[in-house]
Amino acid sequence: MYKIQHMTLLENKSAEIPAPREITTKPRLSDKIFRGVVTAGGLFSLVVLGLILIYLTYQGYDVLKSQGFSFITGSAWNVFTDDSGNIDYTQTKFGIAAMLIGTILCATIAVVIAVPISVLTALYLSFYAPSSVKKFMVAIIDLMAAFPSVLFGIWGFFVLMPSAEYWAKLLNKYLGFLPFFDMQVPVFTRSPFVAGVVLAIMIIPIVTSISREIFGQTPLDRIQAAYALGATRWAMIKAVVIPYGRSGVVGGAMLGLGRAMGETVAVYTVLNIVYQINWQVLLGAGGNVASMILLKFGEAGTGEIKALMASGLVLFILTLIVNSIADLIVKSSGGKGR
Amino acid sequence: MTTENEDNMDKTTTKPSSLSDVAAAKQKKAPGGQSLGVGLEARGVHAWFSGKHVLDGISLDFWSGTVTALIGPSGCGKSTFIRTLNRMHEFIPGAQMAGEVLLDGKDIYESGTDVTKIRLKVGMVFQKPNPFPSMTIAENVLSGLKLAELKVADKDALLEDCLERAGLWSEVKDRLNAHGGSLSGGQQQRLCIARSLAVKPQVLLMDEPCSALDPGSTLKIEETISHLSSSMTIIIVTHNMQQAARVSDYTAFFLSDGGPGSMIEVGPTSEIFSRPRDTRTENYVTGRFG
Amino acid sequence: MSTVIASPKPGKPWLATPKQRLLGVGVYLAAALVSFTLVAVSPLKGKLAYFVVFFFASLVIDFALSYVQRGIASAKDAVARGLVSVGMTLAVLPIFSILFEVVKRGYKGLSFGLFTHDMSLTSVNDPLGNGGLIHAITGTIIMVLMALIVAMPIGILTAVYLTEIRGKFAVPIKFLVQAMSGVPSIVAGLFILSAYVYPITGSLSGFAGSLALMILMIPTIARTSEEVLLLIPNDLREAGVALGGTQWRTVALVVVPAAKSGLVTALILGIARVAGETAPLVLLTGGGEKVNPNPFSGPMGSLPLYIWKCFGQGTEQSIARAWSGILVLLVIVLALFTMARFLSERKVAK
Repeated sequence: MYKIQHMTLLENKSAEIPAPREITTKPRLSDKIFRGVVTAGGLFSLVVLGLILIYLTYQGYDVLKSQGFSFITGSAWNVFTDDSGNIDYTQTKFGIAAMLIGTILCATIAVVIAVPISVLTALYLSFYAPSSVKKFMVAIIDLMAAFPSVLFGIWGFFVLMPSAEYWAKLLNKYLGFLPFFDMQVPVFTRSPFVAGVVLAIMIIPIVTSISREIFGQTPLDRIQAAYALGATRWAMIKAVVIPYGRSGVVGGAMLGLGRAMGETVAVYTVLNIVYQINWQVLLGAGGNVASMILLKFGEAGTGEIKALMASGLVLFILTLIVNSIADLIVKSSGGKGR
Repeated sequence: MTTENEDNMDKTTTKPSSLSDVAAAKQKKAPGGQSLGVGLEARGVHAWFSGKHVLDGISLDFWSGTVTALIGPSGCGKSTFIRTLNRMHEFIPGAQMAGEVLLDGKDIYESGTDVTKIRLKVGMVFQKPNPFPSMTIAENVLSGLKLAELKVADKDALLEDCLERAGLWSEVKDRLNAHGGSLSGGQQQRLCIARSLAVKPQVLLMDEPCSALDPGSTLKIEETISHLSSSMTIIIVTHNMQQAARVSDYTAFFLSDGGPGSMIEVGPTSEIFSRPRDTRTENYVTGRFG
Repeated sequence: MSTVIASPKPGKPWLATPKQRLLGVGVYLAAALVSFTLVAVSPLKGKLAYFVVFFFASLVIDFALSYVQRGIASAKDAVARGLVSVGMTLAVLPIFSILFEVVKRGYKGLSFGLFTHDMSLTSVNDPLGNGGLIHAITGTIIMVLMALIVAMPIGILTAVYLTEIRGKFAVPIKFLVQAMSGVPSIVAGLFILSAYVYPITGSLSGFAGSLALMILMIPTIARTSEEVLLLIPNDLREAGVALGGTQWRTVALVVVPAAKSGLVTALILGIARVAGETAPLVLLTGGGEKVNPNPFSGPMGSLPLYIWKCFGQGTEQSIARAWSGILVLLVIVLALFTMARFLSERKVAK
């Protein structure tokens, strides 16, 4: 026995290492069908998104062609129809610049207010809260994420706006030297500021959730290393948690931005739609693409509806870009901070 | 007595070298009575996790200028025990304890104690090397100072000193600005040791520091431990009995019979390994179980 | 060994002692004192002034105290702690304000008649006892259920593809689901308008509304289902295959039933997500005042639209109706949410 083994050993030593065998399984028919069905289901989203893009472009094409680039850069919205009710494209002007700026402005205000609050809240929940408080608060914040947006709009109009008016007056009084807070005409209600605050309250739950998840994934060994070196809780957070979670939080903030840009009814009630680019955040004028569409829809004729479709297309592409960037950032954040 | 302690801690002290010296040093400590030359004392330390009793009344003295190894089969509470020595135990949800741990004669669990100051004096090196990946090598070593907002006159001198004592200076002196994560496992662990040294601890706790490393790095770290021991108290948890025999002056044997872990026997390393007094110790060190 | 004691008691000596807590309270009292004096003396006025000064004063006092006791690192830690608590309070305050206001303003419009009448015979100024929202509730239920019929299989299939098959489309599909969840609701409405209403039917209907809701529902269901399926341990799948099951049998008969309650949670969350959507319904459904059992013809009411229209009418009574509608909607959403949490917690316990 031993001898034979001995010989085989010697033989093997001079032989080459065999290539790994390819293991294949021929899938059964039922599995093939299964895979086909499931894949089709999965690709449904692709189909829907593609269709949205196609249909909106198709509907808005006439308008985009006649307006050209001024659709995005112009801020006049004047509809002229000829005698038979068709749009007279030589005179009609559709420009959503004011609305686009308004969309970005309100969403930016929302993010500026919401992100610090959300990050602080997420830090509190991850590192400071006793476990009973944490469970309760996480439940409440997740609940708030489920509130319908019409609720925020109406609450914003009746409850928040009066107090927001008070704060806006304060800001104007003390910080009026900054161009944002300066105003020619003191109309404080229904301003981008109020809309921004309402949007901020709407996106705080989302950004807090994402931040909390990211903070929760901070590698424990780094946290322990910091504490073992004699760090206070805050020193540990600054040295370990923030470098680790930084890009994830940015991704979460961008997701909040995307959400704020697409909001319709929450903004409609608290923002006065005026066709004029308005940077004065406290002034009651401005607009946001989504609420403009809602406003104009009721009385729009066919031609104008095409313009609304084109506006929808622009909004869709904008939010798609923001959300995609956010998604990329959040995905690459697992492990960033290295 | 405390001033003698401090004298013991500077570099010129020699450890008791002959067996009789060791025996004599041990006899100076009367059971339950006054202790001499002690860096850290545990008195009746118990630990629980959410009501489950895991450590049963450990009383142990750690002599300054020495290395004490804690050995025993896994799960008998050795790691839990050393975490009570630098108050890392309390981070685990549901953790409870009883007893006292005296550093310089003062109980570190006394109310009103600033726990961060305790951890500056009692440092810890973990099983898996954990340098901060977002910092360079130099920043890693000095991170303890930054975290505790300590000011130091000559940062570069401290940096070189710590890396030198950790046995890493010659290997990294030309790339101090490289990333903390760019080193090999053994180098990372020595970096962590250097990092703990920067805040000038009196005691260094090491929780199986070599178990994730290859034998070459392990030997280097054991050398480091020997050099360091003259200036501080080192307590090392290890599964590797040969390591304990190589590196430590005293060894304590822990065991749990399914209930809370307790310390069965403690003594000079040579005695524990050659003439243990308890049969369980003997069974363990001769490899009959564990 | 003259060691002690029968059984030592487990304790937590690191927790704050009563003396330390008292000191903490003292800090707040001192800050309040500072706040009152400062507001009385300086030109700052109003509730806001009190709170802001109190906040800053407590931070400063905390900082000073910690600095003196323990040094700069602890002082910074104390300030951080204060900031973090304030952040949390700011995040949570609106929730309580919203809940409080909804109950306060919606309560008076509640009556049993709400659930038995619709608005077809009621005018804008009629007192609150008249009319109801039965048409709105039935409309919402019909549209959501219709949306669910398509969204449920698509969402679950997508999740199954991502977790079980993990084919070469997995990365793009995951990305697309994420993109779809970011589609603004009004864009979904415009899309259905241009793809279904204009070319095909020419009129508004409940079905069109449910198509838009479907687009908004699918990503939520897909994402939650995916998370749930990922939680199913691989041992189950391996056991199924080891017993000779084909992949589809394993998934359909082993994995999916194991994830059952989690998938139901996903559905409930999907429903909660769209129950309150307003914008697409404004574009697509016409908002009828009567109960309309036919989703394919005739305008259909819904809760969000009912709220929206009442708000738009502007009279005192209609606004009160809007608040009551919000209260009803909120109760429904809360109930769904609590059900979902209850289910998912039960699953974890199992």
